[in-house]
Amino acid sequence: MSDLPPVGHGLAAPSAAFAAAAPGRTPGPPLWLLLELTYRCPLHCVFCYNPTEFANTGAELSTDDWLRVLREARALGAVQLGLSGGEPLARDDLESIVAEARALGFYINLITSGIGLSEARIGALKRAGLDHIQLSFQDSSREMNDFLSSTRTFELKAQVAALIRQYDYPMVLNVVLHRHNIDHVGEILAMAERMGAQYVELANTQYYGWAWLNREQLLPSRAQLERAEEVTRAFRARVGNRMQVYFVVPDYFEVRPKACMSGLGSVFLAVAPDGTAMPCHAARMLPGLALPNVRTSPVREIWYESTAFNRFRGQGWMKEPCASCPERDTDFGGCRCQAYLLTGDADNADPVCDLSPHHHLVSEAVARAERAVAASAGQVQKLKFRDHRISIPVVTGDPVAGA
Amino acid sequence: MSAIEAASKPVLGHGLRLQWEPAQDAHVLLFPEGMVKLNGSAGAIMSRCDGVRSLGDIVADLELAYGATGLGPDVEAFVALAIGKRWLELRA
Ligand code: SF4
Ligand code: SF4
Repeated sequence: MSDLPPVGHGLAAPSAAFAAAAPGRTPGPPLWLLLELTYRCPLHCVFCYNPTEFANTGAELSTDDWLRVLREARALGAVQLGLSGGEPLARDDLESIVAEARALGFYINLITSGIGLSEARIGALKRAGLDHIQLSFQDSSREMNDFLSSTRTFELKAQVAALIRQYDYPMVLNVVLHRHNIDHVGEILAMAERMGAQYVELANTQYYGWAWLNREQLLPSRAQLERAEEVTRAFRARVGNRMQVYFVVPDYFEVRPKACMSGLGSVFLAVAPDGTAMPCHAARMLPGLALPNVRTSPVREIWYESTAFNRFRGQGWMKEPCASCPERDTDFGGCRCQAYLLTGDADNADPVCDLSPHHHLVSEAVARAERAVAASAGQVQKLKFRDHRISIPVVTGDPVAGA
Repeated sequence: MSAIEAASKPVLGHGLRLQWEPAQDAHVLLFPEGMVKLNGSAGAIMSRCDGVRSLGDIVADLELAYGATGLGPDVEAFVALAIGKRWLELRA
């Protein structure tokens, strides 16, 4: 038996325990299908994982295209479906997509900021067979301050939370943590409790996309992290079984990398709004990875035959220290995108690993965060809010110089 | 957890779905943003937890289906574990 941890906005999707295909063997099915239905979104999160150059991508797929992707992926064995974005409610065919997915036998998770979730729409989504709604608190300090001070956005979220309960959905709240809100974990949990949440994901920011640009301003200090974990432990002890609280530690503070996606191409398939198929939702940034498109290739061909999906299967691509490391079957060398962003080479060990010769890039970023938190006492500065009007190419290495 | 009574009726936890997946050749339990692939016996037990049959009925049914006896303690242990994980709930 194997579990998958939760996935959501700002979270790096299924890692961990899913058995990956052994080297040389035919890969298993793409059990997890994530459809990023649109990049349109009313929010401007500083940690959005959408690609920073998203304004330059092509037109969105049509309803028929999405329905075909669902049928093709389900035929291969895909069963968990994430509908995200951007804000998936920005698509007015969301109900038709859900209905088809349910008829095919998918378990359907809607990952939403809640903006646009009216009673009419939640009713229609319920009738269409939506299984679960993850309500995300995403917007950086603006929304979080709002939320914590019970102002406008909070009212809106609270209404959405009430609708979610009224329509008998399990309530899953996802809050992305970073330097500027991690000290409020206690208030966040108290608010979640008042809203009647059953699951809360406190997901520390992962540094891709917009979050990568803002890393120097978002990475918390170790002391902040430890306090937040302590508060979370105390809260868990108090509420017991009534609420499940997941706390996702930022991997920068670890000495071993996460088993990202259980290895690329092993269980996870993401499709971007323009039809680009990706072995991880950040993979668009990897250079030289000719990502196939569902407009022109059947999902079967993409999953089993495309160069991009085979590129990081097995262990042949690994360099030292991973290539001969006894732990390579456990963590698959970590995250390819993180390896690329930090070291400039996607085949390197994820520098979170303290066996990596590049690990100092991570520990130095953490050390800078310590100094910055001590110096600024939490002022928000120089954040690059996600914006459709600006499009920023991916920069690798250490963004500290120009930040 | 107190012992489960033979008359109690286990049912799938709220918001969960159990289905047979040919691609995985297994019963799979689906829940918000996650899934668990069940082994043969777990699948056989869970697929009988419909909130109508009692634990006693389920044991009898399994013993019949698998031509075995004395499955009671194993089934009860699994049901207890599944309740702990919130895969199952008990209906009075
Ligand atoms: S801006 Fe925020 S809500 Fe919109 S897609 Fe990015 S993380 Fe999600
Ligand atoms: S050297 Fe590579 S395989 Fe070994 S623990 Fe580090 S990242 Fe994992």
